[in-house]
Amino acid sequence: MGEQFVELILKLNGFVAIAAIGLIFVFLFKEGVQAFRTIPASHFIQTTEMDFDNTPQTVRMWQPVGTNPKYSLLPLFCGSMLVALPATLLATLFGVASGIYLAEVAGKRTREVVKPAIELVAGIPSVVIGFFCLAVLASLVQTAFQTTFRLNAVVGAIGVAFVIIPVIATMTDDALRAVPTHLREGAHALGANRWETIVRVVLPAGASGVTASILLGMGRALGETMIALMATGNAAQITANPFASVRTMTATIAAELGAVPQGGEQYRALFLVGSLLFSLTFLINLFAEIAVARMRKRLAL
Amino acid sequence: MKGTAIRLGALTLLLGITPPGSWVLAGDTITVKGSDTMVILGQRWAEEYMKQHADVTIQVTGGGSGTGIAALINGTTQLANSSRPIKEEERAAAKKNGIEVVEFKTALDGLAVVVNSANPVNELTMAQVGKIYSGYINDWKQVGGTGKRILRYSRESNSGTYVFFKEHVLLNRDFAADCQTMPGTSAVAEAVAKDPNGIGYGGVAYFSGNPQLKVLKIRKEAKTEAVSPTDKDGRPNYEAVWSGSYPIARYLYVYSAGQPREAVKTYLDWILGPEGQAIVEKIDYIPVKSTGAGTSR
Repeated sequence: MGEQFVELILKLNGFVAIAAIGLIFVFLFKEGVQAFRTIPASHFIQTTEMDFDNTPQTVRMWQPVGTNPKYSLLPLFCGSMLVALPATLLATLFGVASGIYLAEVAGKRTREVVKPAIELVAGIPSVVIGFFCLAVLASLVQTAFQTTFRLNAVVGAIGVAFVIIPVIATMTDDALRAVPTHLREGAHALGANRWETIVRVVLPAGASGVTASILLGMGRALGETMIALMATGNAAQITANPFASVRTMTATIAAELGAVPQGGEQYRALFLVGSLLFSLTFLINLFAEIAVARMRKRLAL
Repeated sequence: MKGTAIRLGALTLLLGITPPGSWVLAGDTITVKGSDTMVILGQRWAEEYMKQHADVTIQVTGGGSGTGIAALINGTTQLANSSRPIKEEERAAAKKNGIEVVEFKTALDGLAVVVNSANPVNELTMAQVGKIYSGYINDWKQVGGTGKRILRYSRESNSGTYVFFKEHVLLNRDFAADCQTMPGTSAVAEAVAKDPNGIGYGGVAYFSGNPQLKVLKIRKEAKTEAVSPTDKDGRPNYEAVWSGSYPIARYLYVYSAGQPREAVKTYLDWILGPEGQAIVEKIDYIPVKSTGAGTSR
């Protein structure tokens, strides 16, 4: 009787999580889709407008306030990518390396100190990291790379990397430690040294898990708001230059949603941005789950 | 003294016309609706006024100047805040509903254009500022400076400053995509102070007194005199704004449905009087020139 009751409660908790995700999905999309009622779908890519000498010009711009509001999602998407991709790249380098160190190289004692320390980094409030980027890092980056914009995508990306390095490091560590010991022993028996064992045996065996950690890190990077808002300069431009100021989807929502009239055109457009962001991170997380499942299957865990 | 007199007057009036016991609830309620730019100003006025006049309740809501004026026309608000003058058709629509709209200029909003003190440029025309911010002028060399790319600092699109600048300086053109959006005018000041190629805009008071910043003189037309929004000591140049020789300024209006009477009149007189105007100055707007009561158009 008591056991069944506890079981039921646990089951309910599990379903609450699923229901919550479902409801968020419905809520976001219900509002977001309504944007299409007043804004033509093509305007989320580009609009045409007369310029100074009355020649029609294609405009791809996010500028929702004005006589002729612009709702192109391209600059925001571009901004998010320009922050998330370099951040993921950076965090992969450092995160996977420290994951390998933790799982394969570090002794038990060191591991007990280093792993909690890395996890502690994850506990730093992102507003603190954002402030550090804004006040200190931005100037360092500007002097080092002679950038035109003091606040730019790279400054934001370095900040975001701080947040996701612990995610990638701990998950890589977990993935590599899940690789059965007999594979390592086999490699050693065949005369492989430690480095060869790691690169040729352990990493390939745990590759899906490592991939999953990187993907999850990237999902987190796309969703990071505070650092993006504080350190990227917030200029909604379409550019491939990582040293340019950009505006991410998250920063746009955070900065604009609070001050727009509920149910208005801009309000709905912002929900559409939210829907796009949610779909992106959802897909990325889905791929991560698939990668983990594949690794489990391969290693027959 | 005056405040006490009004309070006593209002109190006796209330006691006289309402049955005892319900007079606490029967105090006057003034509804104010309109300009989002003026919400903070409107709320400060209301807070301070209600502190002094416990019998009056003032409800201030935003929604935009147009929303406020529409509510005035429909008779759902007594006062409308507006950061733009009422349009003729709005006045006519109100008349149709039997409402005569009365205008009060309650404050002035003047915006300064600012660059880093290392920048050799001292003045710009309105047209140049507009072209810089809309992305048609991109190098300081084009406006008499040294050959460096112009870095534009702007505000979030929900700020009234942004909207005013877009309407009056950019003439409704779009801001250039590379305008960096700052969360407030003090952030703009900080960014331009650090950036030798930066340009920013905002309320004069945010920029004066910072040695790393230079407030630009602005020419209305290419041939008119360049006017600074600050005086020699860096304080807001009220005269230049009042006379209209400094071009980036606007009135902040309060519109009333019909000639204001009783509680509404007392409130408006207070706004236009020294206490109301002191609040205007405190939140960095510019007081109207004549501080005498009842300066309707």
